[in-house]
Amino acid sequence: MCGIVGLFLKNKGLEPALGDMLSHMLVTMTARGPDSAGVAIYGAADDDKVKLTLRKADGTSVDELQNEFVGAAGSAVDISIRSTHIVLSVARPRAASLMRWLSAQKGRLQLVSVGETMEIYKEVGLPEQVVRKFGLSGMSGTHGIGHTRMATESAVTTNGAHPFSTGEDQCLVHNGSLSNHNAVRRSLQHEGMAFSTDNDSEVAAGYLTWRMSQGASLRDSLSSSLSDLDGFFTFVVGTRNGFAVLRDPIACKPAVMAESDDYVAFGSEYRALSVLPNIDRARVFEPEPATVYAWEHP
Amino acid sequence: MPTHDLNVTAVRALNEALHRLPPDTNETFWEIENPQGKHAIGVGIDAPVDVEINGHVGYYCGGMNKQARLRIHGNAGTGVAENMMSGLVHVMGDASQSAGATGCGGLLIIDGDAAARCGISMKGIDILVKGSIGAMSAFMAQAGSLVVLGDAGDALGDSIYEASIFVRGDVKSLGTDCIEKPMTPEDRARLADVLRRGGLNGEAKIDDFRMYGSARRLYHFHIDNIASY
Repeated sequence: MCGIVGLFLKNKGLEPALGDMLSHMLVTMTARGPDSAGVAIYGAADDDKVKLTLRKADGTSVDELQNEFVGAAGSAVDISIRSTHIVLSVARPRAASLMRWLSAQKGRLQLVSVGETMEIYKEVGLPEQVVRKFGLSGMSGTHGIGHTRMATESAVTTNGAHPFSTGEDQCLVHNGSLSNHNAVRRSLQHEGMAFSTDNDSEVAAGYLTWRMSQGASLRDSLSSSLSDLDGFFTFVVGTRNGFAVLRDPIACKPAVMAESDDYVAFGSEYRALSVLPNIDRARVFEPEPATVYAWEHP
Repeated sequence: MPTHDLNVTAVRALNEALHRLPPDTNETFWEIENPQGKHAIGVGIDAPVDVEINGHVGYYCGGMNKQARLRIHGNAGTGVAENMMSGLVHVMGDASQSAGATGCGGLLIIDGDAAARCGISMKGIDILVKGSIGAMSAFMAQAGSLVVLGDAGDALGDSIYEASIFVRGDVKSLGTDCIEKPMTPEDRARLADVLRRGGLNGEAKIDDFRMYGSARRLYHFHIDNIASY
């Protein structure tokens, strides 16, 4: 199973309500995946700063960490705390030293995502608990993706929760299972990519990141995944200004979409779309198998 | 005239009320508001009643239906009218995958498009799709007619038994053991009957359709067909 929701806003006036809409959508999909839930939110960029979303281990005190962050970055760090997740915002030149320091903090701190606009929050638990824990309904942004997981290919852990991010401002959620992920992971590792789980969906995310790092567009990267990734999948992918959907060639996993002048929305089932404003006036359609659907903000 | 608002009434309570109807019920017109994509609405009805559903429905709407006439004023999710025995399910919008799956009787009308696997393993149901159908439709279809005014996707009628497929538009590709067949007068009469029951009286010309069915090469194991199994 697994449930996916996604919302890409065209109407800027709706941006303050993005988190609220996405919360409601995700909760409707609870029955599709009770194991873990997560969201990627594309919010506002802050000049030349880059945001690092971290997850801290139980028992780690944020007060103690604050000075360590500043020391590691060698400069001022904006810190925002939401439950177990910490978003650090630093000037881009300072991000590398902060990430080097972070890689030595395993066990205490885990890097979840990096991006100018994207933040990822995910935990084990039901969608309702997870969205409340992180205060998702108060978040604003241009687009966002959510996932609720019924685990198949790897353990029920926070690291196995979606979305997966393998590149700056890039994230992927997946409903389905890949059968050649070990082989693809090995070949991507030869290309220098690192993975933090045994999860098949992380490999799909890594594959797209690798293709885009070679200069391919989001659309072209997804098109080539149809021949390079084997298995069942509905993918929803976010980039800094883009939002895309792809289903496998036999459309094994469900998907329904809605588009209006206000938004593009994705749901594993129509129930997820039914909570959106003015859904009655949106064009509701089912994405075709093996067809890339992509939208981009200018 | 019972009206049920699914924002208030649970689907299970609605279905139980429908299941309790005696064959000679006077409550023959039901109206359902706010379906909002909920699953299993109007499943397992066995009474000659009319059910109007005002909005989009989720999975399996009208499944196992006997006698009832359901009209969905919206889109339908996966498996609408699956395993229908008799009666009518009419989707005014589009239908998701596996519409009419394993249906044994009755008529399923879809005014819009149907997604993949429409009529999969159909066993006597008639299906009229006024738009187009997706890939792998009528897979292993056994009996009944699938009539499509638009186009058909890939692998139409793969491993089909004795169902008939009538398509007015283009067929992207035929599945294993599915071939075009000439229409006999009986085939033309069956097609005309489905069109008439679907409310199309002369709008669609019989001569514009092509018929597809089983080449019957997969009925018995043959070593030359090993690649097709």
